[in-house]
Amino acid sequence: MAFPAPLRRRVVVTGLGVVSCAGIGLDAFWDGLLRPAPEGERRVRDFDPAAWFDVKSARRADRFQQFAIATAQMALDDAGELGVDPMRAGVVHGTGVGGLETLENQVGVLNSKGPRRVSPFLVPMMMANAAAAAISMRLGWRGPCETIVTACAAGTQSIGAGMRLVASGRCDAVLAGGSEAAMTRIGLAAFTNMTALSTSNVSRPFDVRRDGFVIAEGAASLVLEELEHARSRGAHIYAELLGAASTADAHHITMPAPGGAGALACMELALDDAGITPADVEHVNAHGTSTPLNDLAEAEAIEKLFGRRGPLVTSIKGVTGHSLGAAGAIEAVASALTIVRHEVPPTAGLEQLDPEMHIDVAIGGPRPFAGGAVLSNSFGFGGHNGCLVLAPLQSEL
Amino acid sequence: MDSDTAFEKFRSCAVEVLQVPEDKVTAEAKFQEDLEADSLEVVEFVMALEEVFDITIEESELDGVTTVGQAFEIVTSKL
Repeated sequence: MAFPAPLRRRVVVTGLGVVSCAGIGLDAFWDGLLRPAPEGERRVRDFDPAAWFDVKSARRADRFQQFAIATAQMALDDAGELGVDPMRAGVVHGTGVGGLETLENQVGVLNSKGPRRVSPFLVPMMMANAAAAAISMRLGWRGPCETIVTACAAGTQSIGAGMRLVASGRCDAVLAGGSEAAMTRIGLAAFTNMTALSTSNVSRPFDVRRDGFVIAEGAASLVLEELEHARSRGAHIYAELLGAASTADAHHITMPAPGGAGALACMELALDDAGITPADVEHVNAHGTSTPLNDLAEAEAIEKLFGRRGPLVTSIKGVTGHSLGAAGAIEAVASALTIVRHEVPPTAGLEQLDPEMHIDVAIGGPRPFAGGAVLSNSFGFGGHNGCLVLAPLQSEL
Repeated sequence: MDSDTAFEKFRSCAVEVLQVPEDKVTAEAKFQEDLEADSLEVVEFVMALEEVFDITIEESELDGVTTVGQAFEIVTSKL
């Protein structure tokens, strides 16, 4: 079921930015991924909006927007002078929830002081597209500016959608990513009460003792650029974004389809889209949330697609926790860094692989990455599945 | 409350909400041009004034109000 794409242009990743509890900026983030899992809450404690905002504009931006702007700026700085026509430059930035902290605060104001005191900035701060809009305004980019809201698949699907804008010829560059800051009182209560969170507060993807995810916050952005555009300006190319796919389970609002059927279909379509076979995949950056259901379904899907001696699998959520709509973007950054640093970070927190899983997971320490394609998975509540395929840039394919 | 005290409170409100230096908050200063406040920021500022002075300012009263002096006049008329 390959997509015939005679006019399809090649898309490369030329800039990265990340804000995560594992680290802010690429070096700190990568070091964080190679360290043992931190204990307790996965807040980004040392994030200071003053590095990216003046006092007034910081007050007008929800935390999820602050993260998004910070990573967009980092990715742009990393990419260097793009020289792109603003009408051919786009933004696709996803989120699971949007400005929850702003909404929660203003509901408090409504209850304590009445409707006349509700901030006129509530709407522009809480709306899910606030981050994408703020990025376009900051960059002056006037092409497509869109937000994908598909829970934990939002970051991955935003990058996939951004890739299509470049591949189709509509854009020469797209700033794509995801952002989340939902660790508010109501956010934590809601995830706790749906029994999605780890009661032991330990993220241990694929471990036999896993008992839920550890909620996190953060953001990541990638500069996606048409290959010749990047080459002509001598850009540093992290990786080629070979393909992407998006499917729905059409099964249950929170539970994955039995046997990981939706995940499997999505992975297969992503490989088709990339024009590669399962044998070309060397590494899977898994969704691996540490919930009993996700990890089992994902492991089953991986085994079905690749067989028992499949590619090396890792989940960075052992360190990062699960940052919902930002997770896929953060993991795409990790995948791009894996490609240029020739190393697969370990699945922190994993001690004993669930005996029902027959996949090769990186345990204990980093493992070498020799090349080949990397598949990055994200699966969200609602049955949304998203996959990306990245690979080292081949001089000519 | 005398006018000086009232203006003092008015000004610190503007400094806090609009994030402008104190000396820019003069009677002649225009919200949009001089204090770089857009319409939503003016609404937020007026809400802060209502709270600080314990008054109510209707939206219709703000029609045609562009300067700090005009806004301050509305406030003092209600004290």
